[in-house]
Amino acid sequence: MISKDLVIIGGGPAGLCAARMAAEAGQSAILIDRNAKLGGQLIKQTHMFFGSEKQYAKTRGIDIAKKLLDDVGSYPELIEVWEDATVVGLYPDKVITVLKQEKYLKIQAKAIIVATGASEKVLAFENNDLPGIYGAGAVQTLMNVYGVKPGNKIIMVGSGNIGLIVSYQLMQAGVEVVSLVEASPNIGGYKVHAAKLRRYGVEINTSCTIKKAIGKEAVEKVVTIKLDENWNEIPGTEKTYEVDAICIAVGLTPLTSLLSMIGCEMKYISELGGLVPVTNKYHETSIDNIYVCGDSSGIEEASSAIVEGYLTGLIASSKLGKKHPKFAELVDDFQSQLENLRNGPFGAKIRQGLKKLGGSVDA
Amino acid sequence: MNKKAVIICRCEDVTLQDIHDLLEQGYTSFEEIKRILRVGMGPCQGNTCGQLVQREISKYLKIKLEDVKTQKVRPLTTGVKLNSIKEGAKNES
Repeated sequence: MISKDLVIIGGGPAGLCAARMAAEAGQSAILIDRNAKLGGQLIKQTHMFFGSEKQYAKTRGIDIAKKLLDDVGSYPELIEVWEDATVVGLYPDKVITVLKQEKYLKIQAKAIIVATGASEKVLAFENNDLPGIYGAGAVQTLMNVYGVKPGNKIIMVGSGNIGLIVSYQLMQAGVEVVSLVEASPNIGGYKVHAAKLRRYGVEINTSCTIKKAIGKEAVEKVVTIKLDENWNEIPGTEKTYEVDAICIAVGLTPLTSLLSMIGCEMKYISELGGLVPVTNKYHETSIDNIYVCGDSSGIEEASSAIVEGYLTGLIASSKLGKKHPKFAELVDDFQSQLENLRNGPFGAKIRQGLKKLGGSVDA
Repeated sequence: MNKKAVIICRCEDVTLQDIHDLLEQGYTSFEEIKRILRVGMGPCQGNTCGQLVQREISKYLKIKLEDVKTQKVRPLTTGVKLNSIKEGAKNES
């Protein structure tokens, strides 16, 4: 059994930032990620981020990942990185089991930060298992990480920022986006992204969903249908498109299985994407010294995950006895950054979700 | 809709028809359905099908999604070879 005071699970923006703050405070940690490369979803984001300079606005996601990796890399004596390592179990006595290149290892921790991110929601429609049907994450991995076109003619399902941005990236890669459908009456993501697609001639159909996929060996066609105000299909409004790929971008749900299995109190909050752990304002779950940050504590933007990661890293280290020299000042700064990020109309849903979760606005 | 062509759990090849049949028979919790159909017991451990099954239960019982009881999550999150566990145990003592 390996002993380590602090273990951080997940090397996306939240986990990387937690590791950096821990290191700044003088706290050593093991940072574990199941992928071969740290950076989480950032490594497939080729677009520039919005927001303020503090969370790397106007920088491409992939460059933010590099920056965060460099930050962590500058503390090699404190932060031990395990790549290609999957945490398979978390136990109430804070023992973590890890599968690392076929090796089954155990770590005894004192504090654990869970930053496992999210998984994609899927849809139930006819023939939804045909080859050629992808989640938006897979499409981004294929295109932006491996340089592989997922298809030639594609339909996008979902108009959140991911659906809008990935549609544009598909067009940049030379894929024809025949239509973008959105079940709700309104476009979910930023207007500026939607407007760009419209300018390039992509039709955006609101109150419309996918009825079925058609194909023998792979997707050949897709049938869409209009929805009424009660989300019921309107017969006679079916439309068929010839496509060889379907991209599903209907939202994310927090990846919280590790927190569930260790017995953290969980609550279903639809505004935060599904089942989330109940936390106090220090990102600590109902179990002492088990923390959560980033999308696994509720779906938000990468910018929020970055700030939450910093904050959680500071707090976890302080409780372990390593207090950052600028602790109070930084905590205040990160709290107010989070507040700013959640301000405005696009933060309304998150504010409402956090309120349902327990009244704390900085959870 | 051909419910037999709607896949709910890809890991264990469970269709919407399978789920609806069980709901009709009175199995209205994820835990019960899991024990009969193995939904959520494959390599992804319910990450994909979980929310789809919850939704079907909520529609059938006409209750809110947040009031549907979720499944109990247990270790391990993914498949581990017995040999890996055996070798790991060797280094224990």
